[in-house]
Amino acid sequence: MPVVMDADRMSRTLTRIAHEIVERNRGVEPVALVGVRTRGVPLARRLADRLQEITGQEVPTGALDITLYRDDLMHNPVGPQPLVRSTEIPFSIDNRTIILVDDVLYTGRTVRAALDELIDFGRPRSIQLVVIVDRGHRELPIKADYVGKNLPTSRSESVSVRLQEIDGRDEVVIEKIPEEQAL
Amino acid sequence: MNPETPDIAAQPAGAPRLRRKDLVGIAELSSEEITLILDTAVAMKEVSSRAIKKVPALRGKTVVNLFFEPSTRTRTSFEIAEKRLSADTLNIAASTSSVVKGETLADTVANIEAMAPDLLVVRHSSSGTCHFLSRICRAGVINAGDGMHEHPTQALLDAFTMRERKGRLAGLKVAIVGDLLHSRVVRSNVQLLTKMGAEVWVCGPPTLVPAGFDRTGARVTYSVEEAVRDADVVMMLRIQLERMLGGFFPSLREYFEVFGMTVERVALARPDVLIMHPGPMNRGVEIASDVADGPYSVILDQVSNGVAVRMAVLYLLAGGAEHETAA
Repeated sequence: MPVVMDADRMSRTLTRIAHEIVERNRGVEPVALVGVRTRGVPLARRLADRLQEITGQEVPTGALDITLYRDDLMHNPVGPQPLVRSTEIPFSIDNRTIILVDDVLYTGRTVRAALDELIDFGRPRSIQLVVIVDRGHRELPIKADYVGKNLPTSRSESVSVRLQEIDGRDEVVIEKIPEEQAL
Repeated sequence: MNPETPDIAAQPAGAPRLRRKDLVGIAELSSEEITLILDTAVAMKEVSSRAIKKVPALRGKTVVNLFFEPSTRTRTSFEIAEKRLSADTLNIAASTSSVVKGETLADTVANIEAMAPDLLVVRHSSSGTCHFLSRICRAGVINAGDGMHEHPTQALLDAFTMRERKGRLAGLKVAIVGDLLHSRVVRSNVQLLTKMGAEVWVCGPPTLVPAGFDRTGARVTYSVEEAVRDADVVMMLRIQLERMLGGFFPSLREYFEVFGMTVERVALARPDVLIMHPGPMNRGVEIASDVADGPYSVILDQVSNGVAVRMAVLYLLAGGAEHETAA
């Protein structure tokens, strides 16, 4: 189970991305962060802390649960379903630059769902995307604006971002999916 | 924003699922399934607070609301819930259906099924209708009230309202006062609340308390003061005026004198008591106006929460997929 990013590296990566956000947006005046549940939420909060350290300004932070916007819900007429949790966006997104935060960018379908949901909340000036790991294999024309690490993978591998807040430690690991589950 | 609660942040592999086609009654649900529905309803409630009150979760699904008995509140609530989930909805009322031409229930439903709906929401005056339909239908059946049997979504929205206000269900003293004999609401509520660990007291005139009701797990009393004393929740049941020709009690006025919920009686309950009523209310019969409109009344919250709970039930029965696609 190779660790491709440890806690130290992840911390420096988030700091670097925070600086890139400030540089690209010339500050954080119109910026708000929205994390995609589950792991995008603590990542967005960490970025907000760093942005405050850099600029002295507080950046509004929200959480998005995309379950109700997924495109794979209907594949099974009757069956188990992912737990739906609340979306919490306690600010207007109109005319703001929304920075969407997720852990892994893979097929792009989660981001598609997140974009659809965000647009139901208003009309942001623009939407930018932060991911900790881009592992390739896109199925939709979507790309990230800020990438922690580009990680070439095969589809038979899985990439897990683990976070202190949820998993008890910070790391990114790459694992081989057992043959029978990959099918 | 609220700090993320750790128990829902990580979704365990063995998370509870609603693996069923139909919701016929509370009787068949486990406490885990009830908790799943209530948790899902929390997320659904947020959807109703948005400027655009619509999510695409049930896009392309067809839901038929089959109401063989008059209902405004429940039918409207289901219809709004269906529309907020983007389902296509169709309303069939008994008065406008072929039932008036003598068609049997099974034939009516078979014809609707031939047009491939995904879910049927059924209200009928005969107990057991939904159980019968759930066995002959391919589509899922949701019970919106069948005779004197069950009204599961009402009990779920009542529980949601209690949990939202009190933070828990276990250990609450809930007093349910009124016509226990004809009420499907009380049957669903007693089962749900006892499963979740609440202490349920039921109270009504002896003519309206079925023999053996204590076997449901509820405590039976004929004294409204005993039922209400130190209660966390007081729920009134409607005196169904159309059923009162049977002489169950001498007069509506006398009923109000003995069982009506007055400010004096509410004062016996806990200071933070919740006053609930499934509606429609008969003011001055089972509940005094100043109680219904008083500070403890959550009667209109129940109506708002009804939409969220019905969205959760519709989503959990019709939506959902086995596999979780990685980001």
